[in-house]
Amino acid sequence: MSVLDSKIPEGPIKEKWTNHKNNINVVNPANKRLIDVIVVGTGLAGGSAAASLAEMGYSVKAFAYQDSPRRAHSIAAQGGVNASKNYQNDGDSNYRLFYDTVKGGDYRSREANVYRLAEVSGNIIDQCVAQGVPFAREYGGMLDNRSFGGVLVSRTFYAKGQTGQQLLLGAYSAMNRQIGKGKIQMFNRHEMLDIVKIDGKARGIIARNLVTGEIERHSAHAVVIASGGYGNVFFLSTNAMGSNVTAAWKIHKKGAYFANPCYTQIHPTCIPRSGDHQSKLTLMSESLRNDGRIWVPKNIDDVKEIREGKLSPTSITEENRDYYLERRYPAFGNLVPRDVASRAAKERCDAGFGVNGTGEAVYLDFKSAIQRYGKEKALVIGNHNPTDAEILEYGEEVIEAKYGNLFQMYEKIVDQNPYKTPMMIYPAVHYTMGGVWVDYNLMTSIPGCYAAGEANFSDHGANRLGASALMQGLADGYFVLPYTIGDYLANEIRTGTIPTDSPEFDAAEKDVTDTLNKLISIKGTKSVDYFHKELGRVMWNNVGMARNEAGLREALKTIREIREDFWKEVRVPGTVEGINTELEKAGRVADFLELGELFALDALTRNESCGGHFREESVEVDGEQKGEAKRDDVNYKYVAAWEWTGDAGKAKLHKEELEFNNIELKQRSYK
Amino acid sequence: MSGTKDMNLTLKIWRQKDQKSSGKMVDYKVNGISPDSSFLEMMDVLNEGLISKGEEPVEFDHDCREGICGMCSLYINGEAHGPDRAVTTCQLHMRKFKDGETITIEPWRAKAFPVLKDLKVDRSSFDRIQQAGGFISVNTSGNTQDANATPISKDNADKAMDAATCIGCGACVATCKNASAMLFVGAKVAQYSLLPQGQVERKDRVLNMVKQMDLEGFGNCTNTGACEVECPKGISLENIAIMNREYLKASLTKEE
Repeated sequence: MSVLDSKIPEGPIKEKWTNHKNNINVVNPANKRLIDVIVVGTGLAGGSAAASLAEMGYSVKAFAYQDSPRRAHSIAAQGGVNASKNYQNDGDSNYRLFYDTVKGGDYRSREANVYRLAEVSGNIIDQCVAQGVPFAREYGGMLDNRSFGGVLVSRTFYAKGQTGQQLLLGAYSAMNRQIGKGKIQMFNRHEMLDIVKIDGKARGIIARNLVTGEIERHSAHAVVIASGGYGNVFFLSTNAMGSNVTAAWKIHKKGAYFANPCYTQIHPTCIPRSGDHQSKLTLMSESLRNDGRIWVPKNIDDVKEIREGKLSPTSITEENRDYYLERRYPAFGNLVPRDVASRAAKERCDAGFGVNGTGEAVYLDFKSAIQRYGKEKALVIGNHNPTDAEILEYGEEVIEAKYGNLFQMYEKIVDQNPYKTPMMIYPAVHYTMGGVWVDYNLMTSIPGCYAAGEANFSDHGANRLGASALMQGLADGYFVLPYTIGDYLANEIRTGTIPTDSPEFDAAEKDVTDTLNKLISIKGTKSVDYFHKELGRVMWNNVGMARNEAGLREALKTIREIREDFWKEVRVPGTVEGINTELEKAGRVADFLELGELFALDALTRNESCGGHFREESVEVDGEQKGEAKRDDVNYKYVAAWEWTGDAGKAKLHKEELEFNNIELKQRSYK
Repeated sequence: MSGTKDMNLTLKIWRQKDQKSSGKMVDYKVNGISPDSSFLEMMDVLNEGLISKGEEPVEFDHDCREGICGMCSLYINGEAHGPDRAVTTCQLHMRKFKDGETITIEPWRAKAFPVLKDLKVDRSSFDRIQQAGGFISVNTSGNTQDANATPISKDNADKAMDAATCIGCGACVATCKNASAMLFVGAKVAQYSLLPQGQVERKDRVLNMVKQMDLEGFGNCTNTGACEVECPKGISLENIAIMNREYLKASLTKEE
């Protein structure tokens, strides 16, 4: 028997969640106000959880490192949120959403969790509309949908290219209502730096006030970690500059298992890197692949001339273009899942067909779509004999209405007009499917400590489908955690307020203070960013889109060396008092330097190609799928949950075997 | 585009130790800046240099660096978010400046946005205005009515979306000679007034939000239109007109 108890309820998959809700403990309304819950992070998962828990009557304390809960990085999600509403009458259902998500995740997620996610997806849309989220609508006043990569139905709800923003502002407004009532105490510009355990249970956190530098103690009957993903371990990613693993890592070091750390999503449609000054990468919504066609030149000579600026991509004729996704995957074409699209771009660029100065870019071309939409709109407005110029004009209008903000953003960054010349894109680190291990109730392996949203590992397996991150964050925060947390808190109604003057709080605070003082006192010769970039370089080269054993072993060694160097040579200016961004960064990078090693260890241990994780030793050698990723269900059909043992490179592996009773395991084929 | 010459610049930057201290402008030189880098990447280069010299880096707010979180600010050469239009500072690129140029960088200046350190200001007044009424009172439940039960005209949905696109950065306040927050507040009032879900609390919302706005010490609107020009998201002045109308109607018809 594994130490991991996933607590998946008994019964048929369609009844598990309903039965579970009916049978778990609830806390009576009078007792709820006596119970404190800490929520770390105010993105979609944390914000929605904080608001919902406060509405239910709990006393909530919410923490954000930004200056307002509205700034969490969920805000940057562009494309949309999935729900199995079947408003388009295209045969969508909870089962189909469940099936697509499990398949898209390459059969490395828990069936029961994913089915629940699909079940509550419709409620999310209802809830958000009730909050005043202005989703896109059709002329009849009904909600509009778009389709997304890896699926064959249109189930994605959207608000222009700013869906994450609108959903987050919805959760933020729900929080504001509770903050106004005093039911949520909001701690902006605060960072959680440790969890406090008493008798094995989560009982509070140590946080640093990022304005005064004061170290604060906060107690609670439960702690929810909703601090997002750890893509910034790669230095360059589409995450916000401050996105970090610290809260998740601190609980890991206090006993929460960390699951599948190597499951990272590399998003195919990002703006390529322009040079060494680059501080982050910018994502272009995957929805662009609905209308954009991806290609590189067929002839290497054309590539050279493009790079030298002698040839414009628009002058390359159709027969000299390689629409490689349409060629390799005729059934899904440009809408293959993200991992497939990313690897295919890397394959072409590695073969020398990259179309910009760095050799790391492919084209995303809207010419066909502009023509198609232009002709359609001409008919709609009664122009039955449009000129080419009119078709272009109408087509560009339609594209602008759909993607205007994305095109504008691209033009500002790259200084090229994407209506006239194809966009350039390249994959970038975007999302981490791995995270803190949780059971069906979203509880970590520390009693009373929960993890929600991207911070946990549970729903996306080895690869996340587009528009599913928003769905999962809000499902966890609005509809799952508020119920499941009651099961635990029902036993806490007699506990009373937890004092913060206990030896456990003393010890945790001392650890935090000592670490901060140490970072300041090293006074080395290299900046925090130097180490972060060094780590990122190793992660991208050896632990990125394609990995092999030799590279991973080298990464394990190098990351350790960088970490040792960091603790000898880092230079953190200023003091522990007051605002000190470099000190904040130093703490986060110190944690990334440990996580990076565990990440590489996990990747090394998983000797299969699966989802976003491509192992060069594990490919199909013949048949129709030759060269494609080869999953190994015999040896790796498990969740890797790592236990901290005092050293990231020596973490202990626990396996949660995955069972598939409702879906037949198949090789993913998008051909 | 890449390939253009790197730039050398002189920066005049507001340095202020903390909220209580007084600040001053300090001159810095940065060299070798790529025109393709963003304004904040230029600031990174400056800070990297300061750290290597053992000096304290310049503190500024930023996070997503893709123009949506609203965290970055900066008053650059006398303009909120700098000389480009429809961008935040993080999306402003150095190709908008000339080699050898002197650039002045200040924090947002408004009574309701006190400076915390250097270029960081406290915008929690914006949050408090939202807490006073920037929401629709609906509890989380799996039993709200179906999302398609109430059709909303595309026109209203689109207008609500345009208003809702505000990122809460505060450029409108920083750029207004009266430090007025009417564009920010108007955007939220307008969004909900255009949607059926927002009708029930329509009057209370505008009255409470405006009351809080005044309490926070924001100034009044004198229709200069500067906010609309500097707004990185192009929030329309029409939202201020909507708010004024909503406020007047609510003041005259609200039953106590």
